[in-house]
Amino acid sequence: MGSAPVDATAPAEATVLTTTYDRIFDWARRLSVRPLLLGLSCCAVGMTPALDPRHDLARFGGEAFRAAPGRSDLLIVAGTVSEKMAPLIRRLWDEMPDPKWAIALGSCAACGGPYRTYAVTQGVDRVIPIDVYVPGCPPGPEALLAGLLELEKKIGPPGVGA
Amino acid sequence: MSDPLLQRGEEIELGFGPRHPAIRGVLRLSLRVDGDRIVDCCPVIGHVHRGVEKLFELQPHADNLAHTDRLDFGAAAAVNLAYAGAVEKLLGIVVPARARYLRTILAELQRIASHLLWLGTHAADLGAMPPFFAALGERDGVLELCERYLEDYFESDVESEAGQDAGERLRLEGIRLGGLSHDPPAGWVERCREFVESFPAKLDGCAGPLTENRLWKKRTVGLGVLSPEAAVDLGVTGPALRASGVAWDLRKALPYEAYGEVDFDVPVGRNGDTYDRYLVRVEEMRQANRIVAQCLDRLPDGPVLAEPSAFEAKVEDETYHGIEGPRGEIGFYLVGDGTANPYRCHLRAPSFAHLQALPELCRGELVGDLVALIGTLDVALEEADR
Amino acid sequence: MEGAAEDPLAVALREELGEAIESARTLGGDLTLQVRREAIAEVCAALKEKHGFTYLVDLCGVDFPGREPRFEVVYHVCSPAANRRVRLKVAAGEGEAAAVPSVAGVWRAANWTEREVWDLYGVRFDGHPDLTRILLWEGFDGHPLRKDFPVEGIDTGAAAATAKAGGSGGGEA
Repeated sequence: MGSAPVDATAPAEATVLTTTYDRIFDWARRLSVRPLLLGLSCCAVGMTPALDPRHDLARFGGEAFRAAPGRSDLLIVAGTVSEKMAPLIRRLWDEMPDPKWAIALGSCAACGGPYRTYAVTQGVDRVIPIDVYVPGCPPGPEALLAGLLELEKKIGPPGVGA
Repeated sequence: MSDPLLQRGEEIELGFGPRHPAIRGVLRLSLRVDGDRIVDCCPVIGHVHRGVEKLFELQPHADNLAHTDRLDFGAAAAVNLAYAGAVEKLLGIVVPARARYLRTILAELQRIASHLLWLGTHAADLGAMPPFFAALGERDGVLELCERYLEDYFESDVESEAGQDAGERLRLEGIRLGGLSHDPPAGWVERCREFVESFPAKLDGCAGPLTENRLWKKRTVGLGVLSPEAAVDLGVTGPALRASGVAWDLRKALPYEAYGEVDFDVPVGRNGDTYDRYLVRVEEMRQANRIVAQCLDRLPDGPVLAEPSAFEAKVEDETYHGIEGPRGEIGFYLVGDGTANPYRCHLRAPSFAHLQALPELCRGELVGDLVALIGTLDVALEEADR
Repeated sequence: MEGAAEDPLAVALREELGEAIESARTLGGDLTLQVRREAIAEVCAALKEKHGFTYLVDLCGVDFPGREPRFEVVYHVCSPAANRRVRLKVAAGEGEAAAVPSVAGVWRAANWTEREVWDLYGVRFDGHPDLTRILLWEGFDGHPLRKDFPVEGIDTGAAAATAKAGGSGGGEA
């Protein structure tokens, strides 16, 4: 560091990082999502092992689950959404500040799953906008990790530099 | 108008849930509190009501068996067994001996898995984190053993990977009407034996730090006392009932599968408090291990599925079949109308009764102990809501 | 099935309660008593106080649209001391006139189970302390486990309204 003089004739890309505020913020957001705890039914128990040392959600920055919607930016809907619960999910979504994203974890959250009944909302995307759907019944922890990586691609491109 | 919060000695209404980090599932409690004390608590359920009983009437029995997995994520095999047993009773299907022993092994492994999940989360709720990681780690081992039951069942690696996402880790798929889908794969019985030998030491590792721990006892002894009369009157079953001193266990009272042919003790508490409920569940895990060991030793040869002709009966009758699940009595009331579908299929869920009993435990206790009280009853909202 | 009528419990109950017990059969291996609707609370109290049936295992409804009255309320009760389970059945209809006396005063376990039968079938229970919906929400129209209620429900546009209104809807029962 500072041991050799900077070559003023070298191309700018080799020595200077140019970017935009948006890209920096996207990079930070992508690698440190704050999921909101919303385990509704069996998929929640499929989600919990993602935190254990074997699957290690912390590698991807997503282990900091938050209890309050005001402090989180990712809503992972894990489980069956009943018509009784749907307005409450909408309220949680509305209380989350922008920018925010949502993952529908499991078949029930994606499309109602095996429950085509009077009590089940046929997919939580009827109530809130969903960014990534992770199918499974319940999906294994690896599937949640894959879903999170898809979401990271959506939040912003890899890298920070222009 | 004066702010009710500023007035001392007045009760205020507090909402707890339906989404709360300490609740496993979705449960709303309407609390009335006076300072720090809970005056009354009113649980509101139904947030995970899926209309399963309506679905049951529209599908044949074998299809319904697949739905029963999702009614209790902690121990799917228990609900499978209760439903399979009810259908077998209704249709008069005789399960072969080998299948009965293997089903008993799977049921007890799932009891261990369910109690380990309970132990980890209950300890974490009370602030003890190491048992949380230890218990969930051990539970992983049990689930993997259950998952390995399907190891050779899929024909290719692709299908077995699909099994990962189809949830075989949580939902044991082997139980069928009339027995099991297949014989255990090569090596499974030996792996099971290794597990049985190593489990007592692992259990000591999970529960040992808690049992004589001063802080643990201070937080659980005398908390949420449930008298035996109140427990029976409220329909409480399982470890919560036995911790109150009532020695009622369906595995002994109305033996099913291979329980009538093995020796085991049923732990019974004295004081009906949270500490006793903890002790009963830990001892049940030890006894479950003992049952698995005996079943492995006495495993008879033979088929694992009843004859196909047994399934052709179309019966107009009704029956109730209850089993001792990890949380309590899981029962199915089935009405047959001579067709392949049940006319009525009702699940008797232990958690439904336990949630009704929650106010009995909570009255007079501190708000800070509420999380421990919900945990000590080991409720599963999916089965309560159906 | 003639054994059920000679069952000592059935005989004793008939002597104590007379016509409250309409019939006794064996169904699925359990003694099943058909009880007169108005007398169910009395029969349950006798079973609990005099015969040791302290544990209400289950209480549920069944819909037989072809029958009059169309509903059946089924009680499974158990005596842990005698290690015995008995089934009681009561015929019930819709509306106040065909209400079933509540047994929540006999076993506290009956409180929520009767609410569930009200919620899913629309059978009323006289004397119940709080007969409100328990699994569905107040404002839900209909009783879903009735045979004429469609499994997929009736689309009231509730979900769409929730999404549009942005969470100002109810559902906090």
